[in-house]
Amino acid sequence: MTGQAGKPGLALQLAPGLTVVLLILPVVAGLSGAALPAFGYLPVLGGEHFSLDPWRMLMAQPGIWRSAIFSYLTALAATALSLGLVLGFIGAWSETRLFALMHRALSPLLSVPHAAAAFALAFLIAPSGWIMRLLSPWATGFDRPPDILILHDPLGLSMIAGLVAKEAPFLFLMTLAALPQTQVRRHMQVAASFGYGRLAGFFKVALPQIYPQIRLPVLAVIAYSSSVVDVAMILGPTLPAPLAVQLTHWMRDPDLAMRFAASAGALLQVGVTAAAILTWLAGERLARLLHQRWRVDGGRMAADGAARAGLAAATLILIAAMGLGLVGLVLWSVAGFWPFPASLPPAVSLKTWASALPQLSGPTGTTLWLGLAATLAALVLTIACLEREVRTGRRPHRAALGLIYVPLLVPQVAFLFGLQFLLIAMGLGTSGGALAFTHFLFVLPYVFLSLGDPWRAWDPRYAQIASGLGAGQWRIFWRVRLPMLLAPVLTAAAVGFAVSVGQYLPTLLIGGGRFATLTTEAVALASGGSRRIIAVYALLQMALPLAGFVLATTLPAMLFRNRRDMRPGHG
Amino acid sequence: MGESDLILKDVRITRQGAPLIALDCRIGPGEVVTVMGESGVGKSTLLSFIAGFLPPAFEAEGRVLLAGRDITALPAHARRIGLLFQDDLLFPHMSVIENLMFAVPQGVKRATRRDLAGKALADVALDGLEDRDPASLSGGQRARVALMRVLLSEPKALLLDEPFSKLDAGLRDQIRRLVFAKARERRLPVLLVTHDARDAEAAGGPIVTLQVSQTNLPK
Repeated sequence: MTGQAGKPGLALQLAPGLTVVLLILPVVAGLSGAALPAFGYLPVLGGEHFSLDPWRMLMAQPGIWRSAIFSYLTALAATALSLGLVLGFIGAWSETRLFALMHRALSPLLSVPHAAAAFALAFLIAPSGWIMRLLSPWATGFDRPPDILILHDPLGLSMIAGLVAKEAPFLFLMTLAALPQTQVRRHMQVAASFGYGRLAGFFKVALPQIYPQIRLPVLAVIAYSSSVVDVAMILGPTLPAPLAVQLTHWMRDPDLAMRFAASAGALLQVGVTAAAILTWLAGERLARLLHQRWRVDGGRMAADGAARAGLAAATLILIAAMGLGLVGLVLWSVAGFWPFPASLPPAVSLKTWASALPQLSGPTGTTLWLGLAATLAALVLTIACLEREVRTGRRPHRAALGLIYVPLLVPQVAFLFGLQFLLIAMGLGTSGGALAFTHFLFVLPYVFLSLGDPWRAWDPRYAQIASGLGAGQWRIFWRVRLPMLLAPVLTAAAVGFAVSVGQYLPTLLIGGGRFATLTTEAVALASGGSRRIIAVYALLQMALPLAGFVLATTLPAMLFRNRRDMRPGHG
Repeated sequence: MGESDLILKDVRITRQGAPLIALDCRIGPGEVVTVMGESGVGKSTLLSFIAGFLPPAFEAEGRVLLAGRDITALPAHARRIGLLFQDDLLFPHMSVIENLMFAVPQGVKRATRRDLAGKALADVALDGLEDRDPASLSGGQRARVALMRVLLSEPKALLLDEPFSKLDAGLRDQIRRLVFAKARERRLPVLLVTHDARDAEAAGGPIVTLQVSQTNLPK
């Protein structure tokens, strides 16, 4: 509804501004909250004069530069690999049966929390993991786990693999969302009619149209990978650990002096992430330059069969690894004694589950209410913004939409620490409300991104018809728009809930250790915990978001089972 | 010329200062005025102005009077102007009867609402389809439900935006006659926008032809 159709109420008018303030203010405040102690000023801890001591302390930490450079390089490597695989696969196989199959397999991976995916991979590739067991002793000759460093390898290869396993599905779905908004399909057909191979057609013609739309998600992946904590703890090197992991340890160090160094480290982390993003942007410029020459050189690359097969194989390996990893988690959770090289546990029982159950209920409850509260708040605010948009017919400025990404582009570890100081100073301390609010910060962007397109794509003539029938704005909202958009609303909620369930660092820092979720518990067990218990936690951590997605698809299907045009793929 | 005319007084619609449409007309009860013109001249923009949802990219001058009331400043839902588009736009999440009940004016009791909706359905020989999924109806059935839905909302005028263009040739004639007959029966002023000369012919009223204004041509 647009124009004179009735001005939206004050609450709706204010929604976009409120959203931006709620998203940006904590980030800015958190960064300042880290900047002051980074230069020695934090009266609560006795820092009353500005000084460079925190920086000296930071630089005195062994391996600090190695940590920083490691974070910078792994972020770029993981992002380039994920994006390359996703674009290559989409270019090589879109609109084929294989593509539809892989699409169905990749989408659920998005709901798997990072930590759970990392554990699944770890249990698969570890020296005593499933792959080695399947190959031993007949192929390898090992009758006990080989003494090689696969997990926590100093080059970070397993950590990069873990990141790719999670970021590739994300970029895959973001790219797919961008495809129908462009004329890409027809352009690729035109290229094919000129004799261009699939890959050449995609990269020469389609990519320049798609890339601007997936650029922010790509940058978010860089920011995330350069500052990730949970995946790094499970798969990353230890001596020294990646920068964000070091920071997390110092922030919780009983020696309060370390918190000054941690603050300086938070700023260093911002620098590392910014450097990675700037490097990427420079790479974009270079690529654009090369692309300009390449796209008119006439090369058809018609014989791209081998490349396409390679891309299919790589995607298949990724999916198979995650699939096997998940099966491995299930096996470990029910395994009794499982000696090395046995491929399967000789006996299965529910003993681990039974003994873990009493300790599980607390973290499960906390995970649930945190996720539900953050998701509900994000959903209300998102819908308010989108309602204002359709009622006024005014699309927000591109820059305003970019602001949504701010919490995803600034490293969590950099501003959460400062935010924690501020919350304590404000007397909000480590309350459940403050914790739910920080979850909301990370949930909102995803809910917004998920719901925006379907909301805007909804045919406005339904609302025009309804107001012609005498229905006011709110009646249209409750009776027509919301029910017709129920499926995307519930999907957005499921996405948001999955994001909240996966949060590690906010729960650890803002919760001040008082709130244990399935994620914090699972990661805490990472060093030295029993595989069986970890598997139980990781599976449960995965089951909650999965349940959300199942609910989001079955509920509308049930409610509208007799309404053919309400089925997915319609309208 | 009576109390229930739809009057467009010196209506001028511009886009970023460029004139798009200028129209001044009076539509009597039961009368059909047909607005014709090539696609892209802004026929639908005119309808969205009258119905109350002109997109913000446009500016409009002039006034819309309906049944002696100036409705130019009223929100869309208070104008009592019914719409029919080329798609029937039956709400896909509601059954046939729910679609119709949605249109019955506020304040009517539930039992009466269902009663009115049922009678409307019977009126176009569709009784028995109350609880059906709109998606399971034929094109002609859907068009009739859409028509009865808009009439149930007791509009004081009808705006038709190429409402027959998606129907099969055989059906088009039948639905066209039905719509005009119902409008005449209720003495509703009707503004029809179309590019099909046969629509205008069947309407039998005055025809206004919109020209693509010079400034509107692609440069």
